[in-house]
Amino acid sequence: MTQKLPAEFDRRAFFTKIGLGSLGIAAAGTVVFTYEFLSPNVLFEPSAIVNVGKPENFAVNSVTMDVNSGIYLVRADEGFFALSAVCTHLGCLTAWNQDLGIIACPCHGSKFTRTGEKIEGPAPKPLPWLKTSVSDEGDLIVDRSIDIPPLQYLRI
Amino acid sequence: MSMTTKADQIVDKVRGSRVWRSVFRSGTGSSTLHRALAIQQNVFLHLFATKVRKRMVRFSSTWYLGTLTLGTFLILVITGILLMLYYHPSVPQAYADMKDLQFVVSSGLFLRNLHRWSAQLMVFLVFAHMFKVFYRGAYRTPREFNWVIGIVLLLITLLLSYTGYLLPWDQLAFWAITVGSNLSSAVPLVGSKIHFLLLGGNQVNANALLRFYVLHCVILPLAAILFIAVHFWRIRKDGGLYVQQSEPKTQAATDGTLPAKEVK
Repeated sequence: MTQKLPAEFDRRAFFTKIGLGSLGIAAAGTVVFTYEFLSPNVLFEPSAIVNVGKPENFAVNSVTMDVNSGIYLVRADEGFFALSAVCTHLGCLTAWNQDLGIIACPCHGSKFTRTGEKIEGPAPKPLPWLKTSVSDEGDLIVDRSIDIPPLQYLRI
Repeated sequence: MSMTTKADQIVDKVRGSRVWRSVFRSGTGSSTLHRALAIQQNVFLHLFATKVRKRMVRFSSTWYLGTLTLGTFLILVITGILLMLYYHPSVPQAYADMKDLQFVVSSGLFLRNLHRWSAQLMVFLVFAHMFKVFYRGAYRTPREFNWVIGIVLLLITLLLSYTGYLLPWDQLAFWAITVGSNLSSAVPLVGSKIHFLLLGGNQVNANALLRFYVLHCVILPLAAILFIAVHFWRIRKDGGLYVQQSEPKTQAATDGTLPAKEVK
């Protein structure tokens, strides 16, 4: 008379568990593999660090836009600062309006002051101030990847 | 012997031939059985019901909006494949290729405009089809799952529209995709990751153009074809095209079928 094995030692259940477990591990691996594959490791995008030139090129109380890097270099009475020109709403490139003295976005009508504060429009945040420094050669350097708290002027 | 019968004889001879029978197994004759077999034994036609009621296929029932949507989709597939022969999804060649299609390639302007207008029309027809289904109540049991498949097809249609918008690589395309892809950044926690994966970078660039091209030309059309097939098959499985049960008897009498056989 054969003795019936307890359910937990059932051969079929054991192999089912092994099989499903392996498939689960393979599926998780596939997700990670796919995610890694879809994330590029090397980007051919412009450097976040921009050399905007000599400080004396900028007149006092002037706003200069660099369209290619999407930044404003402002020389105020208090000193220099750099502002991101990318609208905080949906990423359009804003423009400086000299006559009105404001920064305006053409896409959805957000308006900002020269220091990046929002005047009106759908933008949820002010335009961020960007880290500005002076290189050994005396050039103004803006790092677009680093935001700084507003009103930290660079005095030269 | 009249011409018609002679033509019929020739058709019957061809349909009875060994080669024809090896392809189409339903055989000669036009009995109800043969006509039903012709539908049942065809891989494409068997998605559909072998028998439909006249009032299901009346114009007023559906305005043929689903069929018209399929028509625009087929136009888009054919014109799209032709446009691919002259289009390189690279920066800045994509814009030049789009302009060449308009001004240099024979019939290029016609094909591009046909693709563009059909795309606009398809989005319109999808919505019109959904409104018609909704207001007739044709989404109700047992067709609720087919409505869900319809929602998936709506999303695929909109994604096809959106991904195709970038391909001309002009200012309109660039800023539209900049704005649109920034919407995905609003997703909590993983928003910026989705944005990064969608564009293949931090900004709309060569990677984004290539990703949108592959989505537009391969992944989304395949998904659309798959779901369209299920959508059509479900019409048969859910009891055929919806007809309102409350429609007057006088109209039902013109159906040519016995009221007792009405699909409930």
